Parts: sequence; structure tokens; C-alpha cells
Amino acid sequence: MADLTSPFRKLGHLAVDRIWRLGFAVRFLFAVLRYSGASFRRLPLTLREIYFSGVLSLLIIMVSGLFVGLVLGLQGYEILQRFGSTEALGTLVALSLTRELGPVLAAIFFASRAGSSVTAEIGLMKATEQLKAMDMMAVNPIARVVAPRFWGGVISMPFLAALFSAMGVLGGWLIGVVFIGVDDGAYWSQMQSGVDFRYDIWNGVVKSFVFGIAVSLIAVFEGYDSVPTAEGVSRAITRTVVTSVLTVLALDFVLTSFMFRGAS
Amino acid sequence: MSDDILVDIEELHFNYDGRPVLQGINMKIPRGQVVAIMGGSGCGKTTLLRCIGGQLKPTGGMVRLDQHRVCNMSHTELYDLRRKMGMLFQFGALFTDVSVFDNVAFPLREHTDLSEAMIRDLVLMKLEAVGLRGAHALMPGELSGGMARRVALARAVALDPMLVMYDEPFAGLDPIALGVIGQLIRKLNDALGATSIMVTHDVHESLAIVDYIYFVSQGRIVAEGTPDEIRASDDPFVHQFVHAEVDGPVHFDYPAPSVVKEFLGGGARG
Repeated sequence: MADLTSPFRKLGHLAVDRIWRLGFAVRFLFAVLRYSGASFRRLPLTLREIYFSGVLSLLIIMVSGLFVGLVLGLQGYEILQRFGSTEALGTLVALSLTRELGPVLAAIFFASRAGSSVTAEIGLMKATEQLKAMDMMAVNPIARVVAPRFWGGVISMPFLAALFSAMGVLGGWLIGVVFIGVDDGAYWSQMQSGVDFRYDIWNGVVKSFVFGIAVSLIAVFEGYDSVPTAEGVSRAITRTVVTSVLTVLALDFVLTSFMFRGAS
Repeated sequence: MSDDILVDIEELHFNYDGRPVLQGINMKIPRGQVVAIMGGSGCGKTTLLRCIGGQLKPTGGMVRLDQHRVCNMSHTELYDLRRKMGMLFQFGALFTDVSVFDNVAFPLREHTDLSEAMIRDLVLMKLEAVGLRGAHALMPGELSGGMARRVALARAVALDPMLVMYDEPFAGLDPIALGVIGQLIRKLNDALGATSIMVTHDVHESLAIVDYIYFVSQGRIVAEGTPDEIRASDDPFVHQFVHAEVDGPVHFDYPAPSVVKEFLGGGARG
């Protein structure tokens, strides 16, 4: 009997453990918000993190945005050609990017590039007792280490997503207009008339802001909560990437269902 | 409590996951002294140090530091008190992303409004005291273990604390570095008029520099005295510890079922 119930017990324990961790993460978010004042009073601390999380992620975001735009241009042209409406390529590329691909993919790349690095840094600081040393010097590690990294990510994310979308639009233009020969004027004018600022672009910005909060919170929480050993930090980095990707996709579904209900 | 006593510990208990780690510790540490807390690995020495620093809340008893009850303090009060404390961690715990200079300057920049010129002078003075003024531009990764410990020592005393705590200051050091750190602990303590508590299991270096020693075993103080009293002690625990004997009150083997039962009696498998 015990063997039969064992998988269910394990499943139950796993579920309870996940709920506990979610609770800890929410409490941790409140602690970060509570001690965030120093991040803005001492702006260089946050600017440094914006540089490490945002500026140093520019290359991967711009290059991947360009390639996604190139692929969207190719695939979009091939499909639109069947319906004789290739001039709508600009609208297709821009809407795909601003509504979905820009915020989602930029958040996923951000989690892989910057989130993992933040988790590793905080985790290693914990493993080498740097956080404890700071605490013993009467310097709150959440205010000094965690909050600037959290806000660095939150502030960087919408800009990175916007840049991702812009590079994608440029990629779509490059493949559609320059290489395939879609009309230049049609590409841009269709985009202008088909993309609504509040409905499409602003909703995309809101999405990227929410993803920025989620990914940054996961990155700092996993680092701060990591087991202070080499294996523990390595597991925390893996959890950051996996949890961030799944959370971004789940949040995207929820946000999309609220934001774009008018389309259905 | 007399004003001469900086740290007063009464009946201190601490449990971890229901397992008793400290079981009724009593200590009085006078101002100006260098005191060693000694004992084998896992006996509760570091836990005791963390209770004194307010990093751990005891499950019973009381720690009073400079007339303040550490256990009852709010976060802000504890941080105010910690500004007067310095701590040297086992492997230095230097901030690896900034230079030696910035490590020592860290507490000064966080807690004072001094100008950069003043901070520079103070940092170089502290580094001079540990013999590393010439290394101020190096990164922590470029330092040897002994040098890193000395930089951490300079950082711990940057704000001229009234109490300096050392967690295994001699661990992993070669004999020369060990002697240097030992002498620095003594000299800095006397020069700053501070009080030092040192958790260690290095008997000979400690006996040479400290004023008083407590021996901890299984969460209790089993012996105490001045270095001369400890050397002359016939207490079996002290004798075993000081002379590094394999046999004595401290057993070599971790508690286990009998060998016969384990190998022949089909004892439970782990």
C-alpha cells in the first residue's frame, strides 16, 4: 500500500515545496521593494547593473532580433504570396514582433544571458561568505547587492524588447524589400496603418515590463536562495533559466488573453 | 554587569533542526583582551561566534554586548551595534569584483561621509598596518591566502571597532603566514584598544598570543584558563587537544552500531 501511494506522496511534497518557494519569492520581492530606496538614492549602483544586464546584452538581443526578422520576412513573404498580399509583409512582421516575439524572445534571451549571470554572481557571493561579511559590516545585502540588480533588469528589459522588435522590423525589411523586392513604400505604409500604438506597441511594452520583473526576481531570488556550494550555485543557474522561460511563456499567455481579447 | 566586561554570555542554548548545538554556554570577556574559543570541528564554536554577532538567534539564554542584549535587538539597532564590530571570515570573504583598496574602503564609504582623500589616507594606513600598502591596487584573485586574510583583517578594523571577531583566522595558512596573522591580531588589538574573540583549533599559535582560552566540546565549555593554566592542565580533554592525541575523551570514530552487528548481524542498510 505504501508503495502505491508513494508516487502521489512525492507529487504532493513537490507541489507543497513549490508553493512554499513561491511564497518565499513573494516575500523576497517585498523585501527587495522595501530596500529599493538605496538603489535610486545611490544611482551609480543601479546604473552599473543596467550596464551589466542591459548594455552587455545588446549584442545578443540585436543579432537575434535581426535574424528573427529575417526569418519572419522570408516565411511571411512565402505565405502572403499565396494570397497575393505581399505588401502586407511590413504589418505582419511588425505585429508579430511588437505583440509577441519581441517581448517574449527578448525576455528569454535576457534570462539566459543576464539572469543566469546575476544568479551566478549572487550565488557565488553567498558561497564565499561575501553577503555574510556585508551583513556583519552593517550593510544590508538586499539593499546593496540584490535591489540594484533587480532594478537593473527591470529597467533594461523594455528597452531590450523594443530594440529586439526594431531590429526584427529592420531584418524583415532587409529580406522583403532589399532582397526579394517587396515595394519599400508599401512595407512601411502598411506597417504604419496596421500597427496601433496603444493596442500593439504599448501592450508589448507592458508585457516586457512584466517579464522584466519576473525574470529579474527569479534571477536574484535563485541566487540569494542558492545552496552555497559549487553544485548548489550551478543548480540555481539552471533553475533561473528554466523557471524564467516557463514563467515568461505562461505570463505571455495570461497577458495576451487579457490584452488582445478584442481580436477574438 | 561590570563595565569592564564587553561580552557577557549566560546559559546560551542554540538548536539547529532540533539538534542541540550549544548547551548552556557561560562566558565573560573583559575589554581589551584577546580570547580564543577552541574545540574540534563541529563543536559549535562558529555558531557561538554568530550568536555573539547577532547573525543567529539563540533558542535560550542571553548574549550581552557592550551592555546591549543582542538577541532582543531590532534590525536597525543590530546594525548600529555592528558598526562597532569587525569580523574576519575563515577565507577572508573579500569582494572579488573590486580591488584591495576598495575592499578596505567599503565600510568607510558605506558608513561615513569622509572625503575620498581622507578615505584614501585611512585605507593606506590600515593596509600599512597589515604590511600590504603596496598591494592596494591588486585584485583579490591576485593575492595568496595569507595576503587575502591580511586584507580582510585591514577591512575588519577599518572603522576602529571595539570588538573584532575572527572565524578560524589560521585555517589553511603556511607557518610563516600563520605567525604573521597571529602577531597582527595581537598588535592590532592592543593598538586599537579593541577586544578580540578568536575561534580556532590552532593550539600553539593561540597559546602564544591570547589572554584567555575557552575549550568547547559538544556545545559545552569543558575547560578554560590562561595560556599558562592550559599548558599546565591535566584535564583529559585539554591534554588530548593540546598534544593532538588520537585517543582520549574525543573519539576518533563517529557513533555507529557495533562492527559485529553491522557486518554479521544484517544491520539496516542506509
